[in-house]
Amino acid sequence: MAYTAEGGAIRDDQFFWDGLKEHRLLFQQCSDCGTVRHPIEPMCGNCGSLEWGTMESSGHGTVYTWILSHHPNNADDVPPRLVALVNLDEGIRLVSNVAGVEHDAMANDIEVTVDYYDRGDGVFLHRFLPVDSAAGGN
Amino acid sequence: MAYPIKGGAIIAGIGQTEFSKNSGRSELQLAAEASRAAILDAGLTPDQIDGMVTFTIDTNDELALSRNLGVTGLKWWSETPWGGAGANSTIQHAAAAVTSGAADAVLVYRAFNERSGRRFGQPNAPRDGTQRPVDPYYTFGLDTPAKTYALWYQRYMHEYGVKNEDFGRYTVVARKHAATNPAAWFYQRPITLDDHQASRWIVEPILRKLDCCQESDGGVALVITRDERAADLPNPAVRLAGISEAHFSHGHVMYNYYWDDIAGFPEAKWAGDQVYEMTGVGADDIDVLMIYENFSPVVFLQLEAFGFCGRGEAKDFIADGNIELGGKIPLNTNGGLLGEAYIHGVNNVLEGTRQIRGTAANQVAGAEHVLCATGAGALILTPA
Repeated sequence: MAYTAEGGAIRDDQFFWDGLKEHRLLFQQCSDCGTVRHPIEPMCGNCGSLEWGTMESSGHGTVYTWILSHHPNNADDVPPRLVALVNLDEGIRLVSNVAGVEHDAMANDIEVTVDYYDRGDGVFLHRFLPVDSAAGGN
Repeated sequence: MAYPIKGGAIIAGIGQTEFSKNSGRSELQLAAEASRAAILDAGLTPDQIDGMVTFTIDTNDELALSRNLGVTGLKWWSETPWGGAGANSTIQHAAAAVTSGAADAVLVYRAFNERSGRRFGQPNAPRDGTQRPVDPYYTFGLDTPAKTYALWYQRYMHEYGVKNEDFGRYTVVARKHAATNPAAWFYQRPITLDDHQASRWIVEPILRKLDCCQESDGGVALVITRDERAADLPNPAVRLAGISEAHFSHGHVMYNYYWDDIAGFPEAKWAGDQVYEMTGVGADDIDVLMIYENFSPVVFLQLEAFGFCGRGEAKDFIADGNIELGGKIPLNTNGGLLGEAYIHGVNNVLEGTRQIRGTAANQVAGAEHVLCATGAGALILTPA
């Protein structure tokens, strides 16, 4: 199930980034024992199987922990992003960004839902929006 | 099981350069200066060194260093992964070598120009060499150690009601200890809690500038050998009474986002449990505590994990004065990595050695048990 990416490198995680282009948040699920795993790895740590498929997350979860970086930042991080660990409903924890909320309103355990966007170079990334603002259509 | 310590490994010599922000000389020269000082401190000649250990990210090649020192042949070498959290691991590698007979006298070294040269705290692409167009961490803004670690610490703050000001109380103590350590960069420069609170945010709401370890130029080295040499040494030998590493699946370099509960430090707890079992020494027996601190919050997590106070209690434990010189458990008596220098935490092992020898600038009278903690690793030093 390895994919060959641009440049010829064999990458275990190509499915994940490809999924984002289709607005799908995909995680590995072992074809033999059914264990869902993240971070992305070639072998199932539970049963040793190399066979796996994907399961699609609902993209709904809560903010477990978060930061706002002030210094030093990469030049393209303007304004600085809120970085969060999101607990997805499926029991997966994912590093992502949170948008649509001012940092002084940011809080642990708020409900969030996934959003997708083009970084500008054709690479699609995930980020999360507060459920309140997502429902409001902002 | 107490391997590899059971065979009797000791620290025979220590050496260091000055700690600065701009050494004005190459990293190899720093390594050579610190290493030669350590070898002479051990009463050895360079040709008696037959093993070397450093970090995978140290730039100083073992044979280049050998040429400078006059080391004639190496029977053992190894390099430990990670940065500062691997500091104890270098000692463990050396102890394993001398107690197994693979080598007789092992030089451990770490030297860099981490302020005037490559600065680890700046946004840096992932080090795995893949040059990925996307990365599950870096791409989302985790491009400095401050951000990577702060994302862990924030949950601890949330669950236990810890404020940035509480972290500042540690920094004040570290700088107080550095102020009376002539080798410290911040010698004679203590700070107040107001100074801490006035320093700018690095990662809000967790880390201000004064919560971050220094960026330092400098080199440190130790010589590890077997305890039958102890009586012949010019300086008091220091026993490596217990050493552990503690790494769990799903972890990363001294952080682990994937535990159900990340408001603690289970790796550190396991590291402590191992050395306490090896030595029969408990937290109550420790006279001096050296804690690796890339950032101030990790002191709190380690105080709790190593059993010096309960979970969530570190802020009160520190505020009550327990970690100061003269307190219940003097902590980072050299000023730590915030106050003395950031030589990837190996300088903390040198301070632990001085405390057992009785030669530290801020000497704790009669220190017989020093715990050097690197998060996912622990080392107990005692007199040989």
